[in-house]
Amino acid sequence: MMSTRAEKASTAARDTTRRIAMGKRSGIWKEELFKYVLILCIVIAFVTLLALIIHSAWLGRSRLDLNLITQMPSTLDPETSGMQSAIWGTVILMVGVLVTVVPLGISAAVYLEEYADTERWWNRFIELNIQNLAAVPSIVFGILGLAYVVREGFAFGPVAYAGSLTLAMLVLPTVILASREALKAVPDSIRQASYGMGATRWQTVWHQVLPVAVPGMITGTILAMSRAIGETAPLLLVGATTFVTFNPDSAFSGAYTAIPVQIFQWASRPQPEFRELAAAGVILLIAVLLIMNSAAIWLRNRYSRYDL
Amino acid sequence: MTSQTSTDAFTDTRGHVPPVMATRGLNVYYGDFHAVDDVNLDFNRREVTALIGPSGCGKSTVLRSLNRMNDLIPSARIEGEVTYHGQNIYQPKIDPIEVRRRIGMVFQKPNPFPKSIFDNVAYGPRVTKMKVDSMSDLVEQSLRRAALWDEVKDNLKGSAFGLSGGQQQRLCIARAIATSPDVILLDEPCSALDPIATAAIEDLMTDLKQEYTQIIVTHNMQQAARISDTTAFFTAGLDQDNGKRIGRLVEYNDTSTIFNNPAEKSTEDYVSGRFG
Repeated sequence: MMSTRAEKASTAARDTTRRIAMGKRSGIWKEELFKYVLILCIVIAFVTLLALIIHSAWLGRSRLDLNLITQMPSTLDPETSGMQSAIWGTVILMVGVLVTVVPLGISAAVYLEEYADTERWWNRFIELNIQNLAAVPSIVFGILGLAYVVREGFAFGPVAYAGSLTLAMLVLPTVILASREALKAVPDSIRQASYGMGATRWQTVWHQVLPVAVPGMITGTILAMSRAIGETAPLLLVGATTFVTFNPDSAFSGAYTAIPVQIFQWASRPQPEFRELAAAGVILLIAVLLIMNSAAIWLRNRYSRYDL
Repeated sequence: MTSQTSTDAFTDTRGHVPPVMATRGLNVYYGDFHAVDDVNLDFNRREVTALIGPSGCGKSTVLRSLNRMNDLIPSARIEGEVTYHGQNIYQPKIDPIEVRRRIGMVFQKPNPFPKSIFDNVAYGPRVTKMKVDSMSDLVEQSLRRAALWDEVKDNLKGSAFGLSGGQQQRLCIARAIATSPDVILLDEPCSALDPIATAAIEDLMTDLKQEYTQIIVTHNMQQAARISDTTAFFTAGLDQDNGKRIGRLVEYNDTSTIFNNPAEKSTEDYVSGRFG
């Protein structure tokens, strides 16, 4: 009896060993299939992106010159027309978004992660709403901005900072969510150690938690900015003008336009010269995005000196 | 009234001079879960007290209630008294921050801050705004007392993560003593370390007895026997009311008594390795 059981066991063991050795695990083809499906997904995404960029670059190749940056837009001379006013507009818009969204977003994230008692219904209510806001279409923020930033409420009028504030509202949920993720990733042992030393909550957050979370927060913020920089619809609603031949006076006065708005205006014109300009504008916008993302990576590496 | 309670709390159960810390009728709850039931302990000056027992018996919970680290868990609730020099640290007017400045803590996994070795040690004195003549002297002194100075003196600006696990844990001890607490709580400080690093920590704890009262939670019976003067044995029993698991203090006495001549059968079974 004992010997048969032992024999059975050893036979089973030999069977398993042989199957593993010969690579005949059941369901191995599923694993292979899954891998190829994943690769296919990456290829589709990559090829689509590459096709768009190459198409735009080819179409706008003749207009990728200094005029694009140094000249003002012109309806008469598409050959030498540029988008200086739009570039300046975008720069002012983005600075406005940055100074608004960083303090608001990071404070909100720190409150929700480090201070709020998530058992309380109001904190859960805030959390739920932030997640929902991240999914609201940008045009809705445009209408909100028109009503409460441009006309009533703040009543800034159709100036650049009104656009900044609208875009800031649009990307605020993204910044909050990314910053919360960065804070969540800080090991709790660090907080415990800090409290154990007799540090206050503020000291713990300021000296220990934030420095570790900053790289993640920077990444999240830059990604949010990348979204804001390409937005057109809400800007059209809050007063970005489609055709301005001068740079905005300041963030709080004068007409302004932005790169995507300018591209939108060119692309809707029938003449092929303006199509080329639009394509060149697209390449410029992508270049700006690339620079921003590179800056994000550089900053992240610079600030994460100590590996966890 | 307060003084009357305190005097009662200080009637030492084992005939020593007034203990540095004591618990009276300590109950800890996490929400509905009753984690620790009615613990009465005295922690004597410049002694090492070991809290031993199987997993889930509440010994870490007791340890963490001694410097109000349980306050950080929103659902945790405490009944009874924990006194520090006769003062109940759970009185409403007591600031938990102040408590933790005097009762330091070393954790299970070495958890240095993601900063330099120097800044790790200097953090406590800085955040508690200690009056320090020379921070570098204080850092050196703390590292020397933690038996780490010779290994790190040329690399004080280097990241604490560059150290080995045992060195990191000694850094955590150096960090804890930099604020001159008089009690140090150690929550299984050697469980993540190899035997050589463990021996170094044990030697260090023996040295530190000259100045500090130490309370250590350990799963290692030999360790408790080697370094502690008194030992408290906890076990997990069943709650009479609802049949759920509950941590209880079984026996508390001199370490030699606990290991050689325990009063309770379950203590003997545990220390001789028959269960747990």
